[in-house]
Amino acid sequence: MKEYIRKYKNWLMLSIFVAATIIALVPLFGVLGYVLKNGLGALNIQFFTNLPKAMGLSGGGMANAIVGTLIMVLIASLIGIPVGILAGIYLTEYDRHSWFSTAVRFATDVLTGIPSIIVGIVIYTAVVLKMGNFSALAGGLALAIIMIPLIIRSTEEMLKLVSHSIREAGYALGISKGKTILKIVLPTAAKGIITGAMLAIARVSGETAPLLFTALGNQYWARSLNEPIASLPVQIFQYATSPYKEWHQLAWAGSLVLILMIIIINLAARFAFRSRHS
Amino acid sequence: MSKKRRFKTSLGDQFLRLVTFLMAFSVLVLMAWMGWQMFDAARPSIHTFGFGFITSRVWDPVKEQFGALPFIYGTLMTSLLALLLAAPIGLGVAIFLNEMAESKFRAVIGFLVEMLAAIPSVVYGLWGIFVLAPWLRETVEPGLAKWLGFVPLFQGTPVGFGMLAGGLILAMMILPTIAAISREVMASVPNMQREAALALGATKWEMIKVAVLPYAKTGIMGGIMLGLGRALGETMAVTMVIGNRPDILPSLFAPAYSMAAVIANEFTEATYDLYLSALVEVGFILFGITLVLNFLARLLVWSVARGPKGGNLV
Repeated sequence: MKEYIRKYKNWLMLSIFVAATIIALVPLFGVLGYVLKNGLGALNIQFFTNLPKAMGLSGGGMANAIVGTLIMVLIASLIGIPVGILAGIYLTEYDRHSWFSTAVRFATDVLTGIPSIIVGIVIYTAVVLKMGNFSALAGGLALAIIMIPLIIRSTEEMLKLVSHSIREAGYALGISKGKTILKIVLPTAAKGIITGAMLAIARVSGETAPLLFTALGNQYWARSLNEPIASLPVQIFQYATSPYKEWHQLAWAGSLVLILMIIIINLAARFAFRSRHS
Repeated sequence: MSKKRRFKTSLGDQFLRLVTFLMAFSVLVLMAWMGWQMFDAARPSIHTFGFGFITSRVWDPVKEQFGALPFIYGTLMTSLLALLLAAPIGLGVAIFLNEMAESKFRAVIGFLVEMLAAIPSVVYGLWGIFVLAPWLRETVEPGLAKWLGFVPLFQGTPVGFGMLAGGLILAMMILPTIAAISREVMASVPNMQREAALALGATKWEMIKVAVLPYAKTGIMGGIMLGLGRALGETMAVTMVIGNRPDILPSLFAPAYSMAAVIANEFTEATYDLYLSALVEVGFILFGITLVLNFLARLLVWSVARGPKGGNLV
């Protein structure tokens, strides 16, 4: 009798876990399904080539927002990737166990948990107010701050996988520590580090909150990096909360493009560079 | 000659070490600088309203009256709701992936759950506006009001846009965080624990209950706190579905406002310095809360994932 109850309970609990997994995946397919359905209908060539049209008119596109997102992600990568990788090198190659590196590691972890809108506020008060205008530079800088801790962590994880004997082989050949790091350790971990960087890029390309009051948004092409600039996420937000049907459709189409971009980067990062991990 | 060469390399070495050190140091500087920037910009508001800022429920930019209580209330309610939904489900996902699924299946489902985290917040918001909120208004909220209407939480007109919508969307967004961290700490439970339980005749669930969960408890708590931290600071999706009304009402159906949402909506419209400063102070409070929460959560996760005390079993 008791045996029977135990088995029944086992079966019940295991089914609950399976059910939880199914429930967790429902929203994923719900969101992706609707984005696909509504986005595909609104997607056409004009979307990629045209500027937004005035409210209520059809035929507008998001060309400037797509380019704006690319520009700001590029700025963020140019700052965030080198800083993140170099800091990651310090934490694994020079100083693994001191209180200083523990503090940096801890701060990195905590920094990943800071709401992204906070970064927007800080860049607004420190950069936008000082320079006197919203700009692509400010937006890129905000995204870079979000990127740095992500890259540090992934670089660190990857460098830790490089076995010590490889480093020792370098030293044994009389190669200096710096050269061993740059010419032997980094290339060994390169694939993993690139994967981490790509995941960080995917992560920041969807960020909206830090761009709201740094890059602001723009209905036209930005003529320089020192001007307000459009971005896909901010444009989607503005269109989604507008009362116009044409703009809602553009928001769905924009979401589809954004999600595809992010999923492709994610998949590329995971599968193109997979050989190292397995 | 050889002396000269060695000197050169060591100079390059020192340079690399210095540069990498500076970059690592910059993380600490960045965090302190962010805190200082916010505090500095929030000072006029802190001076004017003092402690009353977080106890006053009046937010009236026209009369220059700023109290953050409605936003704090909205943020806490939606985040708690999200946690109530996402914590058990996320834990279930982690157990399924870690203890039950075959490795191929595990990779696929694990990837899908991660994709849930990769969808941008603004896309969740768009979906919330056009799919979730109408569904709540027409189906879920009338149903809840009918069956559970005696509880104040489920009273009032079904609007769709409100705390329920905010909580639900947040639950979807923090679920991957909770699942991922729980999975990570469960994976650090030594296999010997499991084998010992199974060898004593435990069923799979009993094995999970006595050998895995107690071991991973601290880390799972940490994961849940990290999820809470994410929920508190999540901006776009909540802004788009919470209804954006600075009221404190008991009903989950009622429109509300969150701290991050008020910043997102009003920041560029703040027409005078005190208004802007008050918004920065809301952000500063949010920064403080998430900082403390993340700090504690990381301590918990670190204590489990970094140094499993499995050694004493062997």
